[in-house]
Amino acid sequence: MGTYIVRRSLQALPLLLGVAILTFALIQYLPGGPLTLIARSPHATPAQIANIAHNLGLDQPGYIQFFHWLGGILHGDWGTSYNDNRPVLTDIGDRLPATLVLMGSGFLISLTLAVTIGVLSAIWRYSPFDYLSTFFSFFGLSMPVFWFGLMLQLIFAYHLGWLPAADAYDERVGPSLLSGLHHIILPAVTLGITSIAGWSRYLRSSLIETIGMDYVRTARAKGLGRGAVIWRHAVRNALIPLVTVIALDVPGYFTGAVVVEVIYSWPGMGRLFFDSLGTRDYPVQLGLLVISAFLIVLGNLLADLAYGLLDPRITYR
Amino acid sequence: MSVPLYDQDDTRKRVPGPALPPAGQGEDAGTLASRTRARVPGSRTFRRFIRHRLAVTGTALLLLIVLLSILAPWIAPYNPSTPDLNALTATGPTGAHWLGTDDIGEDVLSRLLYGGRISLGIGVASALISLLIGVTVGAVAGWFGGAVDTLLMRFVDLMLCFPALFLLLIIFALVPASPLIIVLFLGLFGWMYLARVVRGEFLSLKEREFVQGAQALGVGSVRIIVRHLLPNVAAAVIVTSTLNIAYTMLGEAALDFLGYGVSPDTPTWGNMLTKASDHYTDQPLLAIAPGLTITVAILCINFIGDGLRDALDPRVQ
Repeated sequence: MGTYIVRRSLQALPLLLGVAILTFALIQYLPGGPLTLIARSPHATPAQIANIAHNLGLDQPGYIQFFHWLGGILHGDWGTSYNDNRPVLTDIGDRLPATLVLMGSGFLISLTLAVTIGVLSAIWRYSPFDYLSTFFSFFGLSMPVFWFGLMLQLIFAYHLGWLPAADAYDERVGPSLLSGLHHIILPAVTLGITSIAGWSRYLRSSLIETIGMDYVRTARAKGLGRGAVIWRHAVRNALIPLVTVIALDVPGYFTGAVVVEVIYSWPGMGRLFFDSLGTRDYPVQLGLLVISAFLIVLGNLLADLAYGLLDPRITYR
Repeated sequence: MSVPLYDQDDTRKRVPGPALPPAGQGEDAGTLASRTRARVPGSRTFRRFIRHRLAVTGTALLLLIVLLSILAPWIAPYNPSTPDLNALTATGPTGAHWLGTDDIGEDVLSRLLYGGRISLGIGVASALISLLIGVTVGAVAGWFGGAVDTLLMRFVDLMLCFPALFLLLIIFALVPASPLIIVLFLGLFGWMYLARVVRGEFLSLKEREFVQGAQALGVGSVRIIVRHLLPNVAAAVIVTSTLNIAYTMLGEAALDFLGYGVSPDTPTWGNMLTKASDHYTDQPLLAIAPGLTITVAILCINFIGDGLRDALDPRVQ
């Protein structure tokens, strides 16, 4: 197991290097550099612009800038935000926990609902519940996330007034656990909704297949209760392939986080990313792309390891 | 053996169907076999699709939406970008404006009809670009294997490390987005799953007898790929691409919503929601109408994809 983790991590290194090169090249070669906004100012003389470019190291050839930047990344110096002149790593570090909490809550909601719906619709196959849940999971899959968010805000925040429409905590009271829970419900539900459909449908068909297997019939034949057979024997095995499907959705959570954080003014890195677009804050954009790619690679690695924990037949070499 | 096969061929020639190569001279055994094999399940596929009620409903509804969008210039009650001087604010439904007007007095129904042209058009066009890239990459990787395969698939892994929306936002923060550019970039970032699917199918297909037979007859790689292997992966490609349209349309809507997509001068379902998000508390219909339209359209596409999967894949029952 240990060697497997090391080997897989080493395999991820070229991938991350590729991510760094592609990201950097994209920003380097797209029209409109970081200085476009400054250059538009009528008060900026060419000499001043050249001076700024020199100070930021932007007058050097692309590959030198790249190695400079990459070296900095490896040494923990991710550059300085053009926006607030703070180190990029500090900016991201401030915002990352909020995003991880949001993603974690969305994931938990999604997983709980998906497993419940998937198992129930597999047990009660072709029942009204099965049809209804299928229809609604498809509906959830087809909704634009931001529209669902707007509708939730409209109903639960504006009309019913049950839940706050924005921010992570009440500004007047300050952060607290209760206020945090209160504020996270809508964003987390919005973020989680899209994956429920895919996961529950997948679990349903995987469970139907498992229930038809001989060992399940044996367990029933030796007198074990229906519930125990389903939950302890069948579901455990049916969940294994679901891990792969979940891992595929990890990038989707990052995409969703940007949209959800914009709608709900959630102070996470999706919001940081969105704000950096308008001001062309490249160091922040680069840093966020690298950190998301890193987390996605990590997520895939964890999924592979979870696969082995759930299925003892799989051994890592 | 060949005589009854030709008989079957002749009776089936009257059945109109897609992708039937004309019966030409110089057919080799493999082509004949794959044609008859592809054709016999053809009508059965149709029957199975017809039985999937949601898919049939989805097809009918989507056709209606497509028709209404195509006919927009003739049936829309107003010019979508001309404000009604009698209603210069967001209003609810009236006799003159069935779905009300937006914040600057443009008719929501007309914008909805015109918006469908852009939203649906972008979805289909970029799914076609993804199809072209995905099938080519998957086919080349699966057929040639070895270093080519490794290189291409690592590139796919690399592309999957990025949350696509991050890259698209960075690009469109720099490049002014026209529908054509959006189609291009959505297509460029949406082909990876298709490539994996095609590669996987190719890996197993190329070991089959009919391929070895064709190789033994001296048929070249390109001809084997195009005439023998691609017809066999058509089912998987059609299903994946259908679902890709839905996925792309959601991505485009998110870009529009965040303000980095099609400019609001040209109505799309996505940017109608952006405009609505400032006024939806007083005029909820502004947000409900385009949101529901896009959800229904994508729901239809997802149902069609699901129906096609059930109909085309004999393993799923």
